[in-house]
Amino acid sequence: METMKLNDVTANDLPWKVRYDASRCTLCGSCVATCSFRAIEAKVERRRMVFSEGNFPEPKQRFSAVPVIRQPKSIRNYCRGCGMCEKVCPNDAIRPDRNPDTRHPIVTRCLGGDSIKRGGRKNLEGSTRTLDKIRVGRISQMTDPSLDAQRHTFDLLAPFGRILPPKKLPFATDINQQLQSNETTPPVNWIYPVIIGDMSIGALSWRMWEAVAMATAYLNEECGIPVRMCSGEGGVPVRLLKSKYLKYMILQIASGHFGWNRIAKAMPHMIEDPAGILIKIGQGAKPGDGGLLMAQKVAEHIQAIRGVPKADLLSPPNHQGLYSIEESVQKMFLSFNAAFKFRVPVAIKVAASATSVSVFNNLVRDPYNIVGGFFLDGIDGGTGAAHEVSLDHTGHPIVSKLRDCYLAAVTQGRQGQIPLWAAGGLGKTGDLAADAFKMIALGANGVFTGKLILQMAGCIGNDLGRCNACNTGLCPAGITTQEPQLAHRLDPERAAQNIVNYFLAMDTEFKKLMAPIGNSSLPVGRSDALVSTDQSVADRLQIQHVC
Amino acid sequence: MCRIGAIKSRNYTHPSSALQLMQSQQKGHDNSGFAMVMQDLGGIFAEYKHLPTLSMACTDEGIRIAEDILHEAGFLRVLQWAPEVDDQPGLDINAMPNYVFETFSYPRHMRNASQREKEDMLLDTRLRLRTALEDDEQGFVYSFWPDVITLKEIGDPRDIGTYFNLWEADERFTAKVITAQCRQNTNYDIVRYAAHPFFLQGYTALANGENTFYLKNKEFQQGLHRGYLGFESDSQCFLYTLHYIHRELGWPLHYYKHVVTPLPFDDIEQRDDKKQLLAIRQSLAHLEINGPNTIIGLLPDNTMFTCCDAKKLRPVVIGRDEETVVISSEVCGINEILPDRDWETDIYPNEREVVMINDDLEVQRWKQ
Repeated sequence: METMKLNDVTANDLPWKVRYDASRCTLCGSCVATCSFRAIEAKVERRRMVFSEGNFPEPKQRFSAVPVIRQPKSIRNYCRGCGMCEKVCPNDAIRPDRNPDTRHPIVTRCLGGDSIKRGGRKNLEGSTRTLDKIRVGRISQMTDPSLDAQRHTFDLLAPFGRILPPKKLPFATDINQQLQSNETTPPVNWIYPVIIGDMSIGALSWRMWEAVAMATAYLNEECGIPVRMCSGEGGVPVRLLKSKYLKYMILQIASGHFGWNRIAKAMPHMIEDPAGILIKIGQGAKPGDGGLLMAQKVAEHIQAIRGVPKADLLSPPNHQGLYSIEESVQKMFLSFNAAFKFRVPVAIKVAASATSVSVFNNLVRDPYNIVGGFFLDGIDGGTGAAHEVSLDHTGHPIVSKLRDCYLAAVTQGRQGQIPLWAAGGLGKTGDLAADAFKMIALGANGVFTGKLILQMAGCIGNDLGRCNACNTGLCPAGITTQEPQLAHRLDPERAAQNIVNYFLAMDTEFKKLMAPIGNSSLPVGRSDALVSTDQSVADRLQIQHVC
Repeated sequence: MCRIGAIKSRNYTHPSSALQLMQSQQKGHDNSGFAMVMQDLGGIFAEYKHLPTLSMACTDEGIRIAEDILHEAGFLRVLQWAPEVDDQPGLDINAMPNYVFETFSYPRHMRNASQREKEDMLLDTRLRLRTALEDDEQGFVYSFWPDVITLKEIGDPRDIGTYFNLWEADERFTAKVITAQCRQNTNYDIVRYAAHPFFLQGYTALANGENTFYLKNKEFQQGLHRGYLGFESDSQCFLYTLHYIHRELGWPLHYYKHVVTPLPFDDIEQRDDKKQLLAIRQSLAHLEINGPNTIIGLLPDNTMFTCCDAKKLRPVVIGRDEETVVISSEVCGINEILPDRDWETDIYPNEREVVMINDDLEVQRWKQ
């Protein structure tokens, strides 16, 4: 018999308990083979059976060795609740059960002496989401008719790039009464109002990244939907940099500058401009912290693209400059503008924060018009890897902050000059069109989304602590791993097809939301179209309270 | 729903024509008010075209307040005219005690000022008057501008016509351009300022429709110009955009259409002037209008135009003879005042057209 000590880890300390029914098990071994976390293992149990034959008790015992599936009692190989075992079991003999009595947050810290790291998203669920307390409540009827979502045409595009105030447009009227522009103006690209958010090659498996890139190209080339994909910080395959599909990519640079060596070297060979440059200052899931790619995911091809050894890759929390972060970011803006000869818009991404309006004001008042977009990322965003304390306890919800920034622009008469793009938990319930539409009516020009894209591809993680193991490199869906065996679980074409189909569905849903309020172009800032049954939400967002 | 109409003629025309134009369309509006702007004035105002005329409805106290302000600013009254009212019992009119139409000479220090300075001073003076008369609704100042008269009142247009003796034509009270509309604001509160036509610094606009981008327009316009205020009606936004595009930005009139109903992106891509059109769509995105509407506009040089929403959800028709051009929501209005015209030359503009009538009565159709 094993001797158990009080502080030994047991299954009851772990977040998930594996329920196994030996009587249904065919011993096929599929579950053990599929569990990327090694959270279940085949074992042999010694069984003793006491029995009595005859009319009087004459206890006899029989011993047997039974092959079973067991859960290791380890904080290293613990079950993440991904449910792959259940998925592959032919007989429903095994499944993970959520353990409400888990001591995992305490035990892990006590045993490891280090902060807990994981991927995924915030797992502290509060009340109902703000966006679910808002409805599109201003319906066109009678003299102001609704449009027909099927028959009418809709302009579903959003600007990416710095927009000049009308009086700054360099127009002069010629003798034919036509306006002629006689100076260069900042570049602006009109794109679909949903950008596929910045997930790096490194955070994603190469097959997943390829699936997203394929879906983006297909949506553009075959469906006529001008969706753009942001590379994330981690470089871009050289073949893509030199291809015509670069025009669908927004290249990201963050404080680690990972991958930019290759991008810079590819510039002379580019046959298309990228769709834009996004300078990442912060992200909503772990504000104030830099990017993190754990060593276990730094595979050979990641080392090559990023030009790094196999080690934990940490982007610093700040961009480094001799004088200040403003100085370094401004230098970046100027050098990127110049590098692409002022043809490519350059935007900035920051984490939503109590100070976001100040940051936005600084940018929108900048007289040189260098900032081509303000990407604001809220607390409900996802990440490949972070300290759990940052994920769960730092950050700022996106909805009111986006609204604050828009209203700050309105107060100054500068709405629209720096397009506002919002993210952070949008589409969390699966309905991205509804979330995006509400954000647009509150003042966003568009939204960006990452986590939902992974869910389209088959990610089974959720906000209740399921899986969220993107940091381990052991993604059971082959999405956030660089292990060839795991990555091959993902069929890139099927994942791309799912993403394309989701966007097609969302496109229809956008029209079904625009038509009833009688708008054929995006109702940016049309907060009069929204109502809320929650008084505090209505007051905070300056929309109509209804009951 | 509103009905709107406009008459532009080589001859001086009495407002009775405008009443007739609108009367036949009464089933389409709700008979809740009458408002008109007369420009290029004849009759008793013909000799004073270069001097500003104040159009105001007010109480006795309101007159005193307004005249004090004007005298203090140095204006000297050169002409005063008040309509003879026929206050017979049973008329459906919510009349103010006084209707003031007074022409003033400019203050001495402004006489050598530039045209632009005078125009700005007139606007500032009107805004001062408006503010001063706002308390207790002492008065409503509709326009203070050379060669322009504005009248707005709440009630049945037929009775308003009777009250002001406007049904019988005479030579004293005429203009070459009259725009009119027969409905008070029924979307929001009944406020005299909310009735179109709206007027600002020589620009007039009136509309039949809804502006579903009202909030966006309003939030943007509030910061653009001190004269963009009130917003008692969502249609005021049409006037402010017209004023902004044509006067403040100095762009040719046809760009108004590109601002309020921009071409779809796919169409812009095919155009030689796509760079300009995209820049306009970008920088003036908050002045786009959505929703059904027809707009009639009038410029300081008496150019008149009309255009519709991008889906042609509201009607408008233009009829004409040698002497007169009439724009109307419904053709029955034109039939009333131009019964002998060649109706085959009537124009029913499409959703991408601007129909413009210049001061020589030449009608131009511009495709967006």
